[in-house]
Amino acid sequence: MTEQTNAYQVAASTPDPELPMLTIEDLGILRSVDQSAEEITVTITPTYSGCPAMREITGDIHDRLTKAGFAQVTVNTQLAPAWTTDWITEDGHRKLSANGIAPPSPAPRRSGPIPLTLTAPPPAPCPRCGSADTRRTAEFSATACKSLHRCNACGEPFEGVKAL
Amino acid sequence: MNTSDDDNPYDLLSQDHDEGHRWAFGTGFADPLAGIDTSVPEQLDPDALARWCLALGDDALIYSHRLQQWVARLPELEEETAVANIALDLLGQARLLLSRAGGIAGQTEDQLAFFREEKEFRSVRLAEHDNRDFAELVVRLLIFSTWRLALFEELSSAPDPVLAAIAAKGVNELAYHRDYAARWVVRLGDGTPVSHAKTQAALDNLWPLVGELFRPDPDALATVDPAAFDAVIDTVLATGGLDRPTAAALAPVGGRTGRDGVHTEAMGYILAELQSVARAHPDATW
Repeated sequence: MTEQTNAYQVAASTPDPELPMLTIEDLGILRSVDQSAEEITVTITPTYSGCPAMREITGDIHDRLTKAGFAQVTVNTQLAPAWTTDWITEDGHRKLSANGIAPPSPAPRRSGPIPLTLTAPPPAPCPRCGSADTRRTAEFSATACKSLHRCNACGEPFEGVKAL
Repeated sequence: MNTSDDDNPYDLLSQDHDEGHRWAFGTGFADPLAGIDTSVPEQLDPDALARWCLALGDDALIYSHRLQQWVARLPELEEETAVANIALDLLGQARLLLSRAGGIAGQTEDQLAFFREEKEFRSVRLAEHDNRDFAELVVRLLIFSTWRLALFEELSSAPDPVLAAIAAKGVNELAYHRDYAARWVVRLGDGTPVSHAKTQAALDNLWPLVGELFRPDPDALATVDPAAFDAVIDTVLATGGLDRPTAAALAPVGGRTGRDGVHTEAMGYILAELQSVARAHPDATW
């Protein structure tokens, strides 16, 4: 194993503080890990402008790489292109479902002005029983990236990651 | 009584844990633009770019504060999480924009947020308007996010790549802020006679503040087409059975508005609350 892939794997396995079942690689916010001379430079992109977990994630990546023996670690931010839930990996989708959180549907493809949406999005399939007969109970949940739902078939409430 | 750190949960929360950083809170904010190339493109006037970013950042900072004041006062838990998350999105936009402005002018986001006087804030007067009732909350959010979304869509191709990236990110957030507000305005407008009357009153009350959003600004790197704004608002009002107000725009004072640092009485109270801790304990960390 080269040192480059090793550093990448160390950084990539950092868990997200809000969705700890996902790594930052699953979430799609890890953009690159570069090694030049003695320094590792990790580039991540924020999910939401106000995401309070960015500082924690930055600190976690730094600490993991330092503990793995890399002395000089820099964690940089990249804003463009903007993160979308389409960057959550297939593995990420699977882990979300396994933890009772409905993964996001594909993000809307847009050209021109964003149309106003006065109706609720199509129901998210229940991650517990798989039924499509669910309803959204709130547009926001404990974090901005999730919404609240209830399954009409099994009666369980669940969270879903919003398509963005 | 033993008051060592290990016995006090509040101390434990604020302590550095083994990995050198803390959970939950603290003043250890990192530069949100860390590692981003912040050089100003040659064809742009850096001072004008800084003023424009400051204006957009101030809109988000002041309006976010107004939304935060709703938290723990909302009618339902679902609206608590919605409004708190929307306020958080706007606070994030404010941090990025104040950092962009401050980076050019040699100031930090905190210096700009906490140590400027009222006349130095460039936010529109719609942002500072007093909170009234829930109808006022959703009507103002509809107006603000419809305007800001249209502005940010234009700014996504602004000649400053940092501002363009901040705007492109904000577009995704403002789109669901606007839809949330629009659905509530329709629900209240088309609801009971009481909810309809309160929503119409909120519209009539806020409408004079809309004019300022379309005043020409020499620093602006994008403008909103009033017809596009009207099309969205008119669709929502028609669906909710509400009338478009006809009230005249709130007049500038000596030709100046919020963008020029001339604010309404409400602004001083916001800044007193927002800035008091930072001013009482400058450079404090915890």
